[in-house]
Amino acid sequence: MLTLTGITKTYGDRRALDDVSFGIERGRLTGFVGANGAGKTTTMRILLGLLVPDGGTVEQDGMVVGADQRRRFGYMPEERGLYPKMKVAEQIEYLGRLRGMGKRSAASATAELLERLGLSERAGDLVEKLSLGNQQRAQIAAALVHDPDVLVLDEPFSGLDPLAVDSVAGVLSDAAARGASVLFSSHQLELVERLCQDIVVIAGGTIRASGSADALRDQNAGSRFELLVRQDLEWLSAVDGVRILQARPGWALFEASPETAQRVLERAIGSGVVSFAPHRPSLTEVFREVVQ
Amino acid sequence: MSAPSGERARLLPFRSAVALVASREIRMALRSKAFLISTGILMLAVLASIVIGGFASRSGSDTAVAVVAETSSIVDGVDGLTVTSADSESDAEQLVRDGKVSAAVLPSDEPLGYRIVALDESPGSLVQRLSVSPSVELLTPSQQDGALVYFVALGFGLVFFMSSITFGSAIAQSVVEEKQTRVVEILLSAIPARALLAGKVIGNSVLAFGQIVAIALLASVGIAINGAGSLLSAIGAPIVWFVVFFTVGFVLLAALFAATAATVSRQQDVATATAPVTTLVMIPYLAILFFTSNEAVLTVMSYVPFSSPVGMPMRLYLGQAQWWEPLLSLAIVIASTVVVIAVGARIYENSLLRMGSKVSLRAAYKR
Ligand SMILES: Nc1ncnc2c1ncn2[C@@H]1O[C@H](COP(=O)(O)OP(=O)(O)OP(=O)(O)O)[C@@H](O)[C@H]1O
Ligand SMILES: [Mg+2]
Repeated sequence: MLTLTGITKTYGDRRALDDVSFGIERGRLTGFVGANGAGKTTTMRILLGLLVPDGGTVEQDGMVVGADQRRRFGYMPEERGLYPKMKVAEQIEYLGRLRGMGKRSAASATAELLERLGLSERAGDLVEKLSLGNQQRAQIAAALVHDPDVLVLDEPFSGLDPLAVDSVAGVLSDAAARGASVLFSSHQLELVERLCQDIVVIAGGTIRASGSADALRDQNAGSRFELLVRQDLEWLSAVDGVRILQARPGWALFEASPETAQRVLERAIGSGVVSFAPHRPSLTEVFREVVQ
Repeated sequence: MSAPSGERARLLPFRSAVALVASREIRMALRSKAFLISTGILMLAVLASIVIGGFASRSGSDTAVAVVAETSSIVDGVDGLTVTSADSESDAEQLVRDGKVSAAVLPSDEPLGYRIVALDESPGSLVQRLSVSPSVELLTPSQQDGALVYFVALGFGLVFFMSSITFGSAIAQSVVEEKQTRVVEILLSAIPARALLAGKVIGNSVLAFGQIVAIALLASVGIAINGAGSLLSAIGAPIVWFVVFFTVGFVLLAALFAATAATVSRQQDVATATAPVTTLVMIPYLAILFFTSNEAVLTVMSYVPFSSPVGMPMRLYLGQAQWWEPLLSLAIVIASTVVVIAVGARIYENSLLRMGSKVSLRAAYKR
């Protein structure tokens, strides 16, 4: 478990992070979402020790994280980049060795990762000769080569084709399954929703929500209900205190207080109810909700 | 929750990180065509200047002459002649006609006792060599002749300048390459900035040292082959000192190149950022050429840290320096290198993650 507590960071007189606190669990994928400029990259750089926060702590299992623990971190920066004039495998091995791997284990870990990421054929090519998407896969291999305890990836999926998305998602899930704490940022909320067990939402430098994806969706279910009936639903708009959000013949998504919803349900029984349930928001909806 | 299985990376000691970075620098340089070509050009330049210097210090090559039995004693002990003995005067004349020799020394009834036979041109150098001239005694002899001194100065200056610029720019380029490609973020998440800097400085210093030693050997061999044995004995020790001074001095320059380069984020800004250091390297090169015979300037140069690699070997060559002077000067270079590395490392560390516009040196030093 990696824990950030009360992290603040100011650039000049601009407060980029304000009292940021959240945790990243082992063995799970944590999605880090927030609008442009919300503070994701800044948070990640502080996690990696590349930036020093003005205040707050980063702890791993209750111990303040230092250089020794960080060597067991893997990082994929937002700004991609590897040495253009080095060969793909050579480069990943080099980065593995910088993190303390032996020559042979770096070589075998590299070969295995490139295989899983579908890059084996390009292992001997110069990085600059690869397409952008393939460079990105190489970059992911560079973050993973030393089998890190903590994996931090800044927008690992941007610019990938659907097949590459799948293979990268597979590699990240494998890392989590082996017990790593994985944090990645993304603007693709559907993807985050599909992959992540935990979500952290940041806006304007403050954490707006964090926790398991299911809990977040339940918490934000709020006062929305979905109603499906066999007959028509014309009468619904006339009920006091009901605000219809979406409607199709026989189906409606509406907002109402629990008491009003109760009255709606009673009335609906006469119209042949098929289903009546609190609406569970999608991550996108939760995001809109908490960021406002 | 259980700890991740699989191979756990060992913690990497500072030294291993430095060694890994240094060996990568060396590998990449040896793989670069631009580097290999510029090294080749420098080697050729050194060789060429030795050959030209050799010609300048000697007044032409040997003259081939033919003699007969009666005249062979005349050319005995005269330098610069290749002597062929002919059986008769007519044989000797035939050798001249065939162009095998440029002149023949033959008996004559004239007061001198011999005459010179040549084809179509009076063989001036031969006449000069055979003529009798009074012996000259210099009361305060100069140890080396002027043209040669100039070539030695040019050699030290040029090699210092070219090697410093070659490896200085190499280290500057590699610093900015890491910033521009952002790979520096990954590197710094793995190893400390100081290990990265130390690795770069050591890697490039090893390359520079290798090149300088190769040049020194090439120069020594060239001088020896050129038949200037006395020159070699005079310049041998200064060359060794030059290698020592250059190696220490280059570490200082490398730290300066790395620190200034780290303040910019794009290759096209490297030249501007490192311009002050380049100028610093150019000064000793120009000064040694203009003030070869100015003892006061040379003395100053031989103690200023970044010009002493040129100044001190030159003074040693000219016999102006006492035995302890290179040691003192070396101590000064080492001390200033330590200081410069401390300051440079700080600037480097503070600038590496600042992308975009140039970081001012003062701001980089402050935080
Ligand atoms: N080096 C810097 N100097 C000054 N301000 C900065 C710097 N880096 C980031 N900021 C500011 O800090 C805030 C957070 O930036 P950050 O890069 O962390 O956002 P982000 O969530 O990663 O955004 P994006 O989704 O666009 O990548 C922004 O307002 C940004 O302008
Ligand atoms: Mg970002």
